[in-house]
Amino acid sequence: MEGNLNMIGYGLAAIGPGVGIGLIFAAYIQGVARQPEAQGRLQTIAFIGFALAEALAIIGIALAFAL
Amino acid sequence: MTPIGMTLVRGEEFEPPGPSDFNLPGIGNDDTFTFLGQTMYSGITKPMLQLVLAALLVFLFFRMASGKRSMVPGRLQFVGEGMYGFVRNTLGRDVIGSQDFLRFVPLLFSLFFFILFNNIFATIPFIQFPTFSRIGYVVALALVAWLVYNGAGIQRHGFGGYLKLQTVPAGVPGYMLPLLIPLEFFSNIVVRPFTLALRLFANMFAGHLLLILFALGGEFLVLHGAALVKPVGVLTWVLFLAIAGLELLVQFLQAFIFTILTSLYISSAIAEEH
Repeated sequence: MEGNLNMIGYGLAAIGPGVGIGLIFAAYIQGVARQPEAQGRLQTIAFIGFALAEALAIIGIALAFAL
Repeated sequence: MTPIGMTLVRGEEFEPPGPSDFNLPGIGNDDTFTFLGQTMYSGITKPMLQLVLAALLVFLFFRMASGKRSMVPGRLQFVGEGMYGFVRNTLGRDVIGSQDFLRFVPLLFSLFFFILFNNIFATIPFIQFPTFSRIGYVVALALVAWLVYNGAGIQRHGFGGYLKLQTVPAGVPGYMLPLLIPLEFFSNIVVRPFTLALRLFANMFAGHLLLILFALGGEFLVLHGAALVKPVGVLTWVLFLAIAGLELLVQFLQAFIFTILTSLYISSAIAEEH
């Protein structure tokens, strides 16, 4: 079976950001459920957190191709 | 990178796309030169022209939108004012605070719309190349952001006071400091420009690579696939459209994240000590 070790590395590296993004949006949904008026302010913070957690997964896939 | 399972189809092997697909030659010539062991194309390349075009477009759009300045705005002025208000309020005032955010609004405004227009070039037909999938362009922006937030902090607190603010968190017992200070210095002053640059670059690079992969893979399956495999190629092209839509969202999001992180760093650099 042929393949590339890079891709296995990327697959393992994507576990962390996956869990992290799930946690972030779980907190966002709970916050909006408790206080629907806060949806606008929480949405900004949720997207910032999403981009920060996603950054590691994206660095993973970019380097999996480049290295 | 060898393809797995692509030998189900007859005909030649599939050539997967890679980082070399992002190396665009100069317009009209193929001259190369070697720099640090890498072969680089010399001359004026397409991303260089895109950079200039994006700057021109941002300037022209907002010049035209702010031209008439009537009290009851027309459509273009309304859109321009909405976009400016978004950057000024959400990215400037709400993050940096209403005291000293006005100084930084021109920088944040330029950053946001420059990055946004350059990203959107990946979706516009006949251009279809995100400028920031070449890391050189991103490094310049991250350098500007780094200089601005450090400079603002040093201007507000003085050099020693600024370093103390960034590296010594409040309420920490004395014995932890030798461990904490290098860590905080590294995290706040060294790593931040790298993550800023890599986040934008990797998002644009990975998105464009995905699109190339789907387009080329679909073409390979349709042209060289067995009869039953050809519809899979067409499905690949449909998914290409879906991913192009996702990329539109990612382009806007990455411009927003770069700008709001820059303004967050500025805000934490000029914050008052506890």
